[in-house]
Amino acid sequence: MAHPNKQRSKQAAARLRSAALIGPAAVYLFIWMIVPLAMTVYYSFRRYNLIEPYIKGNAGFSNYANIITDPNFIAGIINTLILVVSCLVLTVMIGLAFAIVYNNDHVVGKNLLRTFAASPFFIMPVVTGLLWKNLMLNPSFGLLAALQRALGISPIAFLSKVPLASVIGIISWQWTPFAMLVLLASLSAIPEDIKEAAYLDGAGAWQTFRYIVLPQLGRSLYAVIMLETIFFLVIFGQIYVATSGGPGNASTNLPYYIYLQAFSSYDIGAASAGAVFAIILANIVAIFLVRMISANIREDS
Amino acid sequence: MNRMSWPAKLGMNILAWLIAVLMFFPIFWLLLTSFKTNALAASRTPAFFFSPTIAGYVNAIVDNAYVHYLINSCISAIGSTLICMALAIPAAYSMVFRRSKYTDSTLLWMLSTKMLPPVGVLIPIYIVYKDLHLLDSVWGLVLIFAAMNLPIVVWLLYTYFKDIPEAIIEAADIDGASLLTKLVRILVPLTLPGLLSTGLLAVVLAWNEAFWAINLTNVHGATLAVFVSGFKSARGQYWASMSAASVLSVLPILIAGWFTQRQLVRGLTFGAVK
Repeated sequence: MAHPNKQRSKQAAARLRSAALIGPAAVYLFIWMIVPLAMTVYYSFRRYNLIEPYIKGNAGFSNYANIITDPNFIAGIINTLILVVSCLVLTVMIGLAFAIVYNNDHVVGKNLLRTFAASPFFIMPVVTGLLWKNLMLNPSFGLLAALQRALGISPIAFLSKVPLASVIGIISWQWTPFAMLVLLASLSAIPEDIKEAAYLDGAGAWQTFRYIVLPQLGRSLYAVIMLETIFFLVIFGQIYVATSGGPGNASTNLPYYIYLQAFSSYDIGAASAGAVFAIILANIVAIFLVRMISANIREDS
Repeated sequence: MNRMSWPAKLGMNILAWLIAVLMFFPIFWLLLTSFKTNALAASRTPAFFFSPTIAGYVNAIVDNAYVHYLINSCISAIGSTLICMALAIPAAYSMVFRRSKYTDSTLLWMLSTKMLPPVGVLIPIYIVYKDLHLLDSVWGLVLIFAAMNLPIVVWLLYTYFKDIPEAIIEAADIDGASLLTKLVRILVPLTLPGLLSTGLLAVVLAWNEAFWAINLTNVHGATLAVFVSGFKSARGQYWASMSAASVLSVLPILIAGWFTQRQLVRGLTFGAVK
Protein backbone atom coordinates (compact mmCIF):
# COMPACT_ATOMS: atom_id res chain seq x y z
CA MET A 1 0.00 0.00 0.00
CA ALA A 2 2.86 2.31 0.79
CA HIS A 3 4.37 2.08 -2.66
CA PRO A 4 1.56 1.42 -5.12
CA ASN A 5 3.72 2.40 -8.05
CA LYS A 6 6.54 0.14 -7.05
CA GLN A 7 4.11 -2.74 -6.58
CA ARG A 8 2.58 -2.11 -9.96
CA SER A 9 5.93 -2.07 -11.69
CA LYS A 10 6.82 -5.28 -9.89
CA GLN A 11 3.65 -6.85 -11.22
CA ALA A 12 4.44 -5.59 -14.68
CA ALA A 13 7.90 -7.11 -14.45
CA ALA A 14 6.43 -10.44 -13.36
CA ARG A 15 4.01 -10.37 -16.26
CA LEU A 16 6.88 -9.62 -18.62
CA ARG A 17 8.88 -12.55 -17.24
CA SER A 18 5.98 -14.94 -17.70
CA ALA A 19 5.45 -13.65 -21.25
CA ALA A 20 9.14 -14.24 -21.95
CA LEU A 21 8.71 -17.86 -20.87
CA ILE A 22 5.53 -18.62 -22.82
CA GLY A 23 6.47 -16.33 -25.70
CA PRO A 24 8.79 -18.58 -27.71
CA ALA A 25 6.29 -21.47 -27.76
CA ALA A 26 3.38 -19.16 -28.58
CA VAL A 27 5.28 -17.36 -31.35
CA TYR A 28 6.44 -20.67 -32.81
CA LEU A 29 2.87 -21.96 -33.03
CA PHE A 30 1.68 -18.64 -34.39
CA ILE A 31 4.24 -18.70 -37.20
CA TRP A 32 3.59 -22.33 -38.10
CA MET A 33 -0.18 -22.48 -37.77
CA ILE A 34 -1.88 -19.09 -37.77
CA VAL A 35 0.22 -17.35 -40.44
CA PRO A 36 -0.17 -20.21 -42.96
CA LEU A 37 -3.86 -20.38 -42.11
CA ALA A 38 -4.27 -16.73 -43.10
CA MET A 39 -2.23 -17.39 -46.26
CA THR A 40 -4.52 -20.29 -47.19
CA VAL A 41 -7.54 -18.01 -46.95
CA TYR A 42 -5.69 -15.41 -49.06
CA TYR A 43 -4.69 -17.93 -51.77
CA SER A 44 -8.28 -19.19 -51.95
CA PHE A 45 -9.22 -15.81 -53.46
CA ARG A 46 -6.30 -15.74 -55.91
CA ARG A 47 -5.72 -17.10 -59.39
CA TYR A 48 -2.62 -19.18 -58.77
CA ASN A 49 -1.49 -22.22 -60.72
CA LEU A 50 2.05 -23.55 -60.39
CA ILE A 51 2.12 -24.62 -64.05
CA GLU A 52 0.97 -21.23 -65.35
CA PRO A 53 2.67 -18.76 -63.02
CA TYR A 54 2.03 -15.86 -65.42
CA ILE A 55 -1.71 -16.01 -64.75
CA LYS A 56 -2.20 -14.02 -61.57
CA GLY A 57 -4.71 -11.75 -59.91
CA ASN A 58 -7.82 -11.62 -57.87
CA ALA A 59 -10.13 -14.57 -58.35
CA GLY A 60 -13.04 -13.40 -56.25
CA PHE A 61 -15.14 -16.41 -55.31
CA SER A 62 -14.40 -18.26 -58.56
CA ASN A 63 -12.17 -20.85 -56.85
CA TYR A 64 -15.03 -21.64 -54.49
CA ALA A 65 -17.52 -21.72 -57.36
CA ASN A 66 -15.22 -24.07 -59.26
CA ILE A 67 -14.75 -26.61 -56.52
CA ILE A 68 -18.41 -26.58 -55.43
CA THR A 69 -19.37 -27.60 -58.95
CA ASP A 70 -16.58 -30.18 -59.12
CA PRO A 71 -18.13 -33.66 -58.70
CA ASN A 72 -14.85 -34.88 -57.19
CA PHE A 73 -15.11 -32.28 -54.44
CA ILE A 74 -18.72 -33.24 -53.67
CA ALA A 75 -17.65 -36.89 -53.61
CA GLY A 76 -14.76 -35.94 -51.34
CA ILE A 77 -17.08 -34.23 -48.85
CA ILE A 78 -19.58 -37.11 -48.88
CA ASN A 79 -16.83 -39.73 -48.54
CA THR A 80 -15.29 -37.77 -45.66
CA LEU A 81 -18.60 -37.67 -43.80
CA ILE A 82 -19.30 -41.38 -44.41
CA LEU A 83 -15.77 -42.25 -43.33
CA VAL A 84 -15.90 -40.19 -40.15
CA VAL A 85 -19.33 -41.41 -39.03
CA SER A 86 -18.72 -45.09 -39.86
CA CYS A 87 -15.30 -45.14 -38.20
CA LEU A 88 -16.77 -43.40 -35.14
CA VAL A 89 -19.56 -45.94 -34.75
CA LEU A 90 -17.22 -48.91 -35.27
CA THR A 91 -14.30 -47.78 -33.12
CA VAL A 92 -16.41 -46.52 -30.22
CA MET A 93 -18.68 -49.57 -30.01
CA ILE A 94 -15.95 -52.15 -30.51
CA GLY A 95 -13.50 -50.15 -28.39
CA LEU A 96 -16.01 -50.02 -25.54
CA ALA A 97 -16.59 -53.77 -25.75
CA PHE A 98 -12.82 -54.38 -25.68
CA ALA A 99 -12.40 -51.99 -22.75
CA ILE A 100 -15.06 -53.82 -20.74
CA VAL A 101 -13.24 -57.11 -21.31
CA TYR A 102 -9.83 -55.72 -20.34
CA ASN A 103 -11.27 -53.97 -17.29
CA ASN A 104 -12.41 -57.30 -15.88
CA ASP A 105 -10.24 -58.39 -12.95
CA HIS A 106 -10.83 -62.06 -13.68
CA VAL A 107 -8.92 -61.87 -16.96
CA VAL A 108 -5.49 -63.42 -16.38
CA GLY A 109 -2.66 -61.31 -17.82
CA LYS A 110 -5.04 -58.56 -18.90
CA ASN A 111 -2.35 -55.87 -19.18
CA LEU A 112 -0.22 -57.94 -21.53
CA LEU A 113 -3.21 -58.96 -23.65
CA ARG A 114 -4.43 -55.36 -23.76
CA THR A 115 -1.00 -54.23 -24.96
CA PHE A 116 -1.19 -56.65 -27.87
CA ALA A 117 -4.73 -55.56 -28.68
CA ALA A 118 -3.59 -51.92 -28.61
CA SER A 119 -0.69 -52.51 -31.04
CA PRO A 120 -2.41 -51.46 -34.30
CA PHE A 121 -2.48 -47.89 -33.05
CA PHE A 122 1.32 -47.67 -33.02
CA ILE A 123 1.78 -48.90 -36.58
CA MET A 124 2.75 -46.26 -39.10
CA PRO A 125 -0.39 -45.36 -41.16
CA VAL A 126 1.57 -45.99 -44.34
CA VAL A 127 2.47 -49.52 -43.23
CA THR A 128 -1.14 -50.09 -42.16
CA GLY A 129 -2.25 -49.23 -45.68
CA LEU A 130 0.35 -51.49 -47.33
CA LEU A 131 -0.23 -54.39 -45.00
CA TRP A 132 -3.97 -54.46 -45.55
CA LYS A 133 -3.86 -53.66 -49.24
CA ASN A 134 -1.44 -56.46 -50.07
CA LEU A 135 -1.12 -59.13 -47.43
CA MET A 136 -4.73 -59.09 -46.23
CA LEU A 137 -7.08 -57.84 -48.95
CA ASN A 138 -5.36 -58.72 -52.23
CA PRO A 139 -7.89 -60.78 -54.22
CA SER A 140 -5.31 -63.33 -55.46
CA PHE A 141 -2.64 -63.72 -52.77
CA GLY A 142 -4.22 -62.05 -49.73
CA LEU A 143 -5.04 -63.92 -46.56
CA LEU A 144 -8.74 -63.08 -46.73
CA ALA A 145 -8.87 -64.38 -50.28
CA ALA A 146 -7.40 -67.68 -49.09
CA LEU A 147 -9.96 -67.76 -46.29
CA GLN A 148 -12.80 -67.11 -48.71
CA ARG A 149 -11.56 -69.84 -51.06
CA ALA A 150 -11.38 -72.24 -48.13
CA LEU A 151 -15.01 -71.43 -47.38
CA GLY A 152 -15.94 -72.01 -51.00
CA ILE A 153 -16.65 -68.35 -51.82
CA SER A 154 -14.94 -66.69 -54.74
CA PRO A 155 -12.67 -63.96 -53.34
CA ILE A 156 -13.92 -60.37 -53.39
CA ALA A 157 -11.59 -57.68 -54.72
CA PHE A 158 -12.23 -55.52 -51.65
CA LEU A 159 -10.27 -52.42 -52.61
CA SER A 160 -11.76 -52.14 -56.09
CA LYS A 161 -15.30 -53.40 -55.37
CA VAL A 162 -15.93 -51.79 -51.97
CA PRO A 163 -13.09 -49.26 -51.62
CA LEU A 164 -14.64 -46.90 -49.09
CA ALA A 165 -15.89 -49.73 -46.86
CA SER A 166 -12.41 -51.31 -47.00
CA VAL A 167 -10.74 -48.04 -46.03
CA ILE A 168 -13.25 -47.69 -43.17
CA GLY A 169 -12.36 -51.18 -41.99
CA ILE A 170 -8.61 -50.50 -42.17
CA ILE A 171 -8.87 -47.23 -40.25
CA SER A 172 -11.16 -48.77 -37.65
CA TRP A 173 -8.61 -51.53 -37.04
CA GLN A 174 -5.99 -48.86 -36.41
CA TRP A 175 -8.16 -46.59 -34.23
CA THR A 176 -10.24 -49.01 -32.14
CA PRO A 177 -7.28 -49.28 -29.72
CA PHE A 178 -7.42 -45.52 -29.13
CA ALA A 179 -11.09 -45.66 -28.11
CA MET A 180 -10.34 -48.77 -26.07
CA LEU A 181 -7.44 -47.19 -24.16
CA VAL A 182 -9.31 -43.97 -23.37
CA LEU A 183 -12.50 -45.73 -22.31
CA LEU A 184 -10.51 -48.28 -20.33
CA ALA A 185 -8.81 -45.47 -18.40
CA SER A 186 -12.16 -44.02 -17.48
CA LEU A 187 -13.76 -47.42 -16.71
CA SER A 188 -11.00 -48.33 -14.31
CA ALA A 189 -11.56 -45.00 -12.53
CA ILE A 190 -15.06 -46.09 -11.43
CA PRO A 191 -14.74 -47.04 -7.75
CA GLU A 192 -15.29 -50.72 -7.05
CA ASP A 193 -17.46 -50.00 -3.98
CA ILE A 194 -20.13 -48.24 -6.05
CA LYS A 195 -20.52 -51.34 -8.19
CA GLU A 196 -20.46 -53.42 -5.01
CA ALA A 197 -23.29 -51.33 -3.54
CA ALA A 198 -25.34 -51.79 -6.70
CA TYR A 199 -24.79 -55.53 -6.47
CA LEU A 200 -25.93 -55.61 -2.86
CA ASP A 201 -29.03 -53.68 -3.88
CA GLY A 202 -29.80 -56.51 -6.27
CA ALA A 203 -28.72 -54.91 -9.56
CA GLY A 204 -27.83 -57.35 -12.33
CA ALA A 205 -24.85 -57.00 -14.68
CA TRP A 206 -26.86 -55.14 -17.31
CA GLN A 207 -28.47 -52.79 -14.76
CA THR A 208 -25.09 -52.04 -13.20
CA PHE A 209 -23.73 -51.23 -16.63
CA ARG A 210 -26.77 -49.15 -17.66
CA TYR A 211 -27.19 -47.10 -14.48
CA ILE A 212 -23.68 -46.89 -13.03
CA VAL A 213 -21.01 -47.49 -15.64
CA LEU A 214 -22.63 -45.79 -18.63
CA PRO A 215 -23.40 -42.44 -16.89
CA GLN A 216 -19.80 -42.30 -15.61
CA LEU A 217 -18.57 -43.11 -19.09
CA GLY A 218 -20.74 -40.44 -20.73
CA ARG A 219 -18.15 -37.70 -20.58
CA SER A 220 -15.37 -39.91 -21.90
CA LEU A 221 -17.56 -41.19 -24.72
CA TYR A 222 -18.36 -37.61 -25.69
CA ALA A 223 -14.66 -36.70 -25.61
CA VAL A 224 -13.62 -39.76 -27.64
CA ILE A 225 -16.22 -38.93 -30.29
CA MET A 226 -15.02 -35.31 -30.57
CA LEU A 227 -11.32 -36.23 -30.63
CA GLU A 228 -11.72 -39.04 -33.13
CA THR A 229 -13.78 -36.79 -35.39
CA ILE A 230 -10.88 -34.31 -35.44
CA PHE A 231 -8.40 -37.08 -36.24
CA PHE A 232 -10.63 -38.86 -38.79
CA LEU A 233 -11.22 -35.63 -40.71
CA VAL A 234 -7.51 -35.52 -41.58
CA ILE A 235 -6.91 -39.19 -42.51
CA PHE A 236 -4.35 -39.32 -45.33
CA GLY A 237 -1.59 -41.94 -45.15
CA GLN A 238 -3.79 -45.05 -45.29
CA ILE A 239 -5.76 -43.77 -48.28
CA TYR A 240 -2.63 -42.54 -50.08
CA VAL A 241 -1.13 -46.02 -49.91
CA ALA A 242 -4.10 -48.38 -50.04
CA THR A 243 -6.35 -46.88 -52.73
CA SER A 244 -4.88 -43.54 -53.89
CA GLY A 245 -8.43 -42.25 -53.51
CA GLY A 246 -9.77 -44.62 -56.15
CA PRO A 247 -11.07 -46.32 -58.11
CA GLY A 248 -12.17 -43.02 -59.64
CA ASN A 249 -13.06 -40.89 -56.64
CA ALA A 250 -14.70 -43.71 -54.67
CA SER A 251 -12.39 -43.39 -51.67
CA THR A 252 -11.20 -39.80 -52.08
CA ASN A 253 -11.69 -37.88 -48.87
CA LEU A 254 -11.27 -34.12 -48.42
CA PRO A 255 -7.54 -34.13 -47.53
CA TYR A 256 -6.79 -36.40 -50.48
CA TYR A 257 -8.85 -34.19 -52.81
CA ILE A 258 -6.91 -31.12 -51.72
CA TYR A 259 -3.65 -33.01 -52.15
CA LEU A 260 -4.66 -33.92 -55.72
CA GLN A 261 -5.69 -30.34 -56.52
CA ALA A 262 -2.39 -28.98 -55.26
CA PHE A 263 0.08 -31.59 -56.47
CA SER A 264 -1.61 -33.15 -59.50
CA SER A 265 -3.44 -30.18 -60.96
CA TYR A 266 -1.08 -27.63 -59.37
CA ASP A 267 -4.11 -25.42 -58.82
CA ILE A 268 -3.17 -23.60 -55.63
CA GLY A 269 -6.28 -21.42 -55.66
CA ALA A 270 -8.73 -24.32 -55.84
CA ALA A 271 -6.73 -26.40 -53.37
CA SER A 272 -6.77 -23.49 -50.92
CA ALA A 273 -10.51 -23.09 -51.30
CA GLY A 274 -10.87 -26.80 -50.51
CA ALA A 275 -8.59 -26.35 -47.51
CA VAL A 276 -10.83 -23.56 -46.21
CA PHE A 277 -13.72 -26.05 -46.26
CA ALA A 278 -11.60 -28.55 -44.33
CA ILE A 279 -10.79 -25.90 -41.73
CA ILE A 280 -14.46 -24.97 -41.32
CA LEU A 281 -15.45 -28.62 -40.97
CA ALA A 282 -12.81 -29.20 -38.29
CA ASN A 283 -13.76 -26.02 -36.45
CA ILE A 284 -17.39 -27.08 -36.05
CA VAL A 285 -16.17 -29.95 -33.89
CA ALA A 286 -13.26 -28.08 -32.31
CA ILE A 287 -15.59 -25.46 -30.79
CA PHE A 288 -17.35 -28.11 -28.69
CA LEU A 289 -14.10 -29.79 -27.77
CA VAL A 290 -12.40 -26.56 -26.70
CA ARG A 291 -15.41 -25.68 -24.57
CA MET A 292 -15.21 -29.03 -22.83
CA ILE A 293 -11.45 -28.83 -22.22
CA SER A 294 -11.85 -25.26 -20.99
CA ALA A 295 -14.40 -26.37 -18.37
CA ASN A 296 -12.04 -29.15 -17.22
CA ILE A 297 -9.05 -26.81 -16.90
CA ARG A 298 -11.05 -24.26 -14.95
CA GLU A 299 -12.34 -26.97 -12.62
CA ASP A 300 -8.76 -27.98 -11.90
CA SER A 301 -7.33 -24.54 -11.22
CA MET B 1 -18.09 -57.64 -10.65
CA ASN B 2 -16.33 -59.83 -8.14
CA ARG B 3 -19.13 -62.32 -8.22
CA MET B 4 -18.91 -63.90 -11.64
CA SER B 5 -19.81 -67.52 -12.21
CA TRP B 6 -16.96 -69.66 -13.48
CA PRO B 7 -18.36 -70.02 -17.04
CA ALA B 8 -18.58 -66.23 -17.22
CA LYS B 9 -15.01 -65.93 -15.99
CA LEU B 10 -13.83 -68.47 -18.55
CA GLY B 11 -15.78 -66.66 -21.26
CA MET B 12 -14.15 -63.35 -20.37
CA ASN B 13 -10.68 -64.91 -20.53
CA ILE B 14 -11.39 -66.51 -23.90
CA LEU B 15 -12.69 -63.19 -25.22
CA ALA B 16 -9.63 -61.33 -23.94
CA TRP B 17 -7.34 -63.77 -25.77
CA LEU B 18 -9.46 -63.74 -28.91
CA ILE B 19 -9.40 -59.93 -29.12
CA ALA B 20 -5.64 -59.74 -28.58
CA VAL B 21 -4.95 -62.46 -31.18
CA LEU B 22 -7.29 -61.01 -33.81
CA MET B 23 -6.06 -57.42 -33.41
CA PHE B 24 -2.42 -58.43 -33.43
CA PHE B 25 -2.69 -61.03 -36.19
CA PRO B 26 -2.09 -58.69 -39.18
CA ILE B 27 1.11 -57.45 -37.52
CA PHE B 28 2.18 -61.02 -36.80
CA TRP B 29 1.47 -61.92 -40.43
CA LEU B 30 3.61 -58.98 -41.59
CA LEU B 31 6.44 -60.23 -39.38
CA LEU B 32 6.05 -63.78 -40.71
CA THR B 33 5.97 -62.63 -44.34
CA SER B 34 9.14 -60.63 -43.86
CA PHE B 35 11.03 -63.91 -43.35
CA LYS B 36 9.65 -65.57 -46.48
CA THR B 37 11.02 -65.56 -49.99
CA ASN B 38 9.23 -63.22 -52.35
CA ALA B 39 7.76 -66.23 -54.15
CA LEU B 40 6.40 -67.79 -50.97
CA ALA B 41 5.03 -64.43 -49.75
CA ALA B 42 2.72 -64.32 -52.76
CA SER B 43 1.63 -67.94 -52.82
CA ARG B 44 -2.09 -68.58 -53.03
CA THR B 45 -2.05 -70.90 -50.02
CA PRO B 46 -0.81 -69.02 -46.93
CA ALA B 47 2.32 -70.61 -45.48
CA PHE B 48 2.64 -70.69 -41.69
CA PHE B 49 5.57 -73.08 -41.51
CA PHE B 50 8.59 -72.58 -43.74
CA SER B 51 12.34 -72.23 -43.50
CA PRO B 52 12.93 -68.53 -42.82
CA THR B 53 15.21 -66.38 -44.92
CA ILE B 54 16.55 -62.90 -44.34
CA ALA B 55 16.63 -62.13 -48.06
CA GLY B 56 13.85 -59.54 -47.64
CA TYR B 57 15.88 -57.71 -45.00
CA VAL B 58 19.01 -57.83 -47.10
CA ASN B 59 17.02 -56.41 -50.00
CA ALA B 60 15.59 -53.58 -47.88
CA ILE B 61 18.90 -52.65 -46.27
CA VAL B 62 21.38 -53.23 -49.09
CA ASP B 63 19.41 -52.60 -52.28
CA ASN B 64 16.94 -50.01 -51.03
CA ALA B 65 19.07 -47.69 -48.91
CA TYR B 66 17.05 -48.30 -45.74
CA VAL B 67 19.76 -46.69 -43.61
CA HIS B 68 19.46 -43.34 -45.40
CA TYR B 69 15.77 -43.12 -44.49
CA LEU B 70 16.40 -44.47 -41.01
CA ILE B 71 18.86 -41.63 -40.36
CA ASN B 72 16.34 -39.08 -41.61
CA SER B 73 13.62 -40.57 -39.40
CA CYS B 74 15.93 -40.38 -36.40
CA ILE B 75 16.96 -36.78 -37.13
CA SER B 76 13.42 -35.57 -37.69
CA ALA B 77 11.91 -37.40 -34.71
CA ILE B 78 14.65 -36.59 -32.20
CA GLY B 79 15.37 -33.08 -33.52
CA SER B 80 11.72 -32.05 -33.42
CA THR B 81 11.33 -33.50 -29.94
CA LEU B 82 14.30 -31.50 -28.66
CA ILE B 83 12.84 -28.28 -30.08
CA CYS B 84 9.49 -29.13 -28.50
CA MET B 85 11.10 -29.68 -25.11
CA ALA B 86 13.15 -26.48 -25.28
CA LEU B 87 10.02 -24.44 -26.06
CA ALA B 88 7.56 -26.33 -23.87
CA ILE B 89 9.48 -26.58 -20.59
CA PRO B 90 9.62 -22.81 -19.92
CA ALA B 91 6.07 -22.36 -21.22
CA ALA B 92 4.64 -25.10 -19.00
CA TYR B 93 6.66 -23.82 -16.03
CA SER B 94 5.19 -20.38 -16.47
CA MET B 95 1.66 -21.74 -16.91
CA VAL B 96 1.85 -23.63 -13.63
CA PHE B 97 3.95 -21.44 -11.34
CA ARG B 98 3.62 -17.94 -12.79
CA ARG B 99 -0.06 -17.88 -13.52
CA SER B 100 -1.79 -14.81 -14.92
CA LYS B 101 -5.29 -14.21 -16.15
CA TYR B 102 -4.12 -15.06 -19.66
CA THR B 103 -2.66 -18.46 -18.76
CA ASP B 104 -5.72 -20.63 -19.32
CA SER B 105 -6.68 -19.00 -22.59
CA THR B 106 -3.10 -19.29 -23.89
CA LEU B 107 -3.01 -22.99 -23.05
CA LEU B 108 -6.40 -23.50 -24.65
CA TRP B 109 -5.32 -21.64 -27.78
CA MET B 110 -2.21 -23.82 -28.07
CA LEU B 111 -4.33 -26.98 -27.77
CA SER B 112 -6.78 -25.68 -30.35
CA THR B 113 -4.01 -25.35 -32.97
CA LYS B 114 -3.70 -29.15 -32.76
CA MET B 115 -7.30 -29.38 -33.96
CA LEU B 116 -6.49 -27.50 -37.14
CA PRO B 117 -6.33 -29.86 -40.14
CA PRO B 118 -2.75 -30.06 -41.49
CA VAL B 119 -4.17 -29.87 -44.99
CA GLY B 120 -5.42 -26.37 -44.09
CA VAL B 121 -1.85 -25.10 -43.79
CA LEU B 122 -0.13 -27.42 -46.28
CA ILE B 123 -0.12 -25.16 -49.32
CA PRO B 124 1.44 -22.02 -47.80
CA ILE B 125 4.04 -24.12 -46.01
CA TYR B 126 4.87 -25.92 -49.25
CA ILE B 127 5.27 -22.62 -51.11
CA VAL B 128 7.37 -21.00 -48.39
CA TYR B 129 9.52 -24.15 -48.16
CA LYS B 130 10.06 -24.02 -51.91
CA ASP B 131 11.37 -20.43 -51.62
CA LEU B 132 13.53 -21.25 -48.60
CA HIS B 133 14.95 -24.42 -50.23
CA LEU B 134 13.52 -26.50 -47.40
CA LEU B 135 11.65 -28.89 -49.69
CA ASP B 136 13.04 -32.43 -49.55
CA SER B 137 15.12 -31.40 -46.56
CA VAL B 138 15.04 -33.27 -43.27
CA TRP B 139 15.44 -29.95 -41.42
CA GLY B 140 12.19 -28.75 -42.92
CA LEU B 141 10.53 -31.80 -41.38
CA VAL B 142 12.22 -31.15 -38.03
CA LEU B 143 10.63 -27.68 -37.93
CA ILE B 144 7.13 -28.78 -38.93
CA PHE B 145 7.11 -31.86 -36.67
CA ALA B 146 8.05 -29.61 -33.76
CA ALA B 147 5.05 -27.36 -34.49
CA MET B 148 2.84 -30.42 -34.86
CA ASN B 149 3.78 -31.92 -31.47
CA LEU B 150 4.31 -28.72 -29.47
CA PRO B 151 0.70 -28.40 -28.19
CA ILE B 152 0.71 -32.01 -26.96
CA VAL B 153 4.09 -31.62 -25.25
CA VAL B 154 3.09 -28.33 -23.58
CA TRP B 155 -0.10 -29.93 -22.36
CA LEU B 156 1.61 -33.03 -20.93
CA LEU B 157 4.35 -31.04 -19.21
CA TYR B 158 1.68 -28.73 -17.79
CA THR B 159 -0.06 -31.72 -16.20
CA TYR B 160 3.23 -33.08 -14.82
CA PHE B 161 4.42 -29.75 -13.40
CA LYS B 162 1.05 -29.31 -11.69
CA ASP B 163 1.85 -32.30 -9.51
CA ILE B 164 4.88 -30.52 -8.03
CA PRO B 165 3.97 -28.88 -4.69
CA GLU B 166 4.04 -25.13 -5.11
CA ALA B 167 5.80 -24.75 -1.74
CA ILE B 168 8.98 -26.23 -3.22
CA ILE B 169 9.11 -23.59 -5.93
CA GLU B 170 8.29 -20.84 -3.42
CA ALA B 171 11.11 -21.99 -1.15
CA ALA B 172 13.49 -21.92 -4.10
CA ASP B 173 12.24 -18.42 -4.98
CA ILE B 174 12.98 -17.20 -1.46
CA ASP B 175 16.48 -18.63 -1.73
CA GLY B 176 16.84 -16.59 -4.90
CA ALA B 177 17.23 -19.57 -7.21
CA SER B 178 17.37 -18.71 -10.90
CA LEU B 179 15.01 -20.33 -13.40
CA LEU B 180 17.81 -22.53 -14.69
CA THR B 181 18.63 -23.73 -11.17
CA LYS B 182 14.98 -24.49 -10.50
CA LEU B 183 14.73 -26.41 -13.75
CA VAL B 184 17.87 -28.46 -13.25
CA ARG B 185 17.55 -29.02 -9.50
CA ILE B 186 13.79 -29.30 -8.99
CA LEU B 187 11.56 -29.57 -12.05
CA VAL B 188 13.54 -32.02 -14.14
CA PRO B 189 14.47 -34.45 -11.34
CA LEU B 190 10.92 -34.48 -9.95
CA THR B 191 9.23 -35.07 -13.29
CA LEU B 192 11.89 -37.12 -15.07
CA PRO B 193 9.69 -40.16 -15.83
CA GLY B 194 7.00 -37.84 -17.15
CA LEU B 195 9.48 -35.86 -19.24
CA LEU B 196 10.99 -39.01 -20.73
CA SER B 197 7.66 -40.58 -21.64
CA THR B 198 6.45 -37.28 -23.11
CA GLY B 199 9.59 -37.16 -25.22
CA LEU B 200 9.06 -40.76 -26.27
CA LEU B 201 5.48 -40.01 -27.30
CA ALA B 202 6.65 -37.04 -29.39
CA VAL B 203 9.22 -39.32 -31.06
CA VAL B 204 6.55 -41.96 -31.81
CA LEU B 205 4.18 -39.39 -33.33
CA ALA B 206 6.90 -37.79 -35.47
CA TRP B 207 8.25 -41.17 -36.57
CA ASN B 208 4.84 -42.37 -37.80
CA GLU B 209 3.92 -39.07 -39.45
CA ALA B 210 3.09 -39.50 -43.13
CA PHE B 211 1.22 -36.41 -44.34
CA TRP B 212 4.05 -33.88 -44.07
CA ALA B 213 6.77 -36.35 -44.94
CA ILE B 214 5.04 -37.43 -48.16
CA ASN B 215 4.15 -33.89 -49.23
CA LEU B 216 7.37 -32.10 -48.33
CA THR B 217 10.08 -34.67 -49.00
CA ASN B 218 10.97 -37.05 -51.75
CA VAL B 219 14.44 -38.57 -51.52
CA HIS B 220 17.09 -36.51 -49.72
CA GLY B 221 15.03 -35.54 -46.71
CA ALA B 222 12.63 -38.47 -46.86
CA THR B 223 11.80 -40.52 -43.76
CA LEU B 224 10.89 -44.17 -43.40
CA ALA B 225 7.21 -43.32 -43.99
CA VAL B 226 8.14 -42.12 -47.49
CA PHE B 227 10.47 -45.08 -47.98
CA VAL B 228 7.74 -47.59 -47.13
CA SER B 229 5.08 -45.80 -49.16
CA GLY B 230 7.37 -46.31 -52.17
CA PHE B 231 6.24 -49.96 -52.05
CA LYS B 232 2.62 -48.98 -52.62
CA SER B 233 2.56 -50.18 -56.20
CA ALA B 234 4.65 -53.26 -55.43
CA ARG B 235 3.14 -56.37 -56.92
CA GLY B 236 3.30 -59.84 -55.43
CA GLN B 237 6.91 -60.44 -56.37
CA TYR B 238 8.14 -57.90 -53.81
CA TRP B 239 5.99 -58.66 -50.80
CA ALA B 240 8.72 -60.19 -48.68
CA SER B 241 10.95 -57.15 -49.28
CA MET B 242 7.99 -54.86 -48.60
CA SER B 243 7.22 -56.69 -45.35
CA ALA B 244 10.84 -56.61 -44.24
CA ALA B 245 11.06 -52.87 -44.95
CA SER B 246 7.80 -52.36 -43.02
CA VAL B 247 8.96 -54.39 -40.04
CA LEU B 248 12.23 -52.46 -39.92
CA SER B 249 10.22 -49.23 -39.91
CA VAL B 250 7.60 -50.06 -37.32
CA LEU B 251 9.17 -52.51 -34.87
CA PRO B 252 11.27 -50.08 -32.77
CA ILE B 253 8.39 -47.64 -32.54
CA LEU B 254 5.83 -50.34 -31.77
CA ILE B 255 7.89 -51.35 -28.75
CA ALA B 256 8.31 -47.71 -27.73
CA GLY B 257 4.55 -47.31 -28.18
CA TRP B 258 3.84 -50.14 -25.75
CA PHE B 259 5.61 -48.10 -23.07
CA THR B 260 3.80 -44.85 -23.86
CA GLN B 261 0.20 -46.13 -23.79
CA ARG B 262 -0.67 -44.07 -20.72
CA GLN B 263 0.95 -40.84 -21.97
CA LEU B 264 -0.63 -41.41 -25.32
CA VAL B 265 -4.11 -41.34 -23.83
CA ARG B 266 -3.21 -38.36 -21.66
CA GLY B 267 -1.50 -36.50 -24.50
CA LEU B 268 -3.93 -37.11 -27.32
CA THR B 269 -7.02 -36.30 -25.27
CA PHE B 270 -5.76 -32.82 -24.27
CA GLY B 271 -7.55 -33.07 -20.92
CA ALA B 272 -10.92 -33.69 -22.51
CA VAL B 273 -11.00 -36.97 -20.56
CA LYS B 274 -10.38 -36.63 -16.86
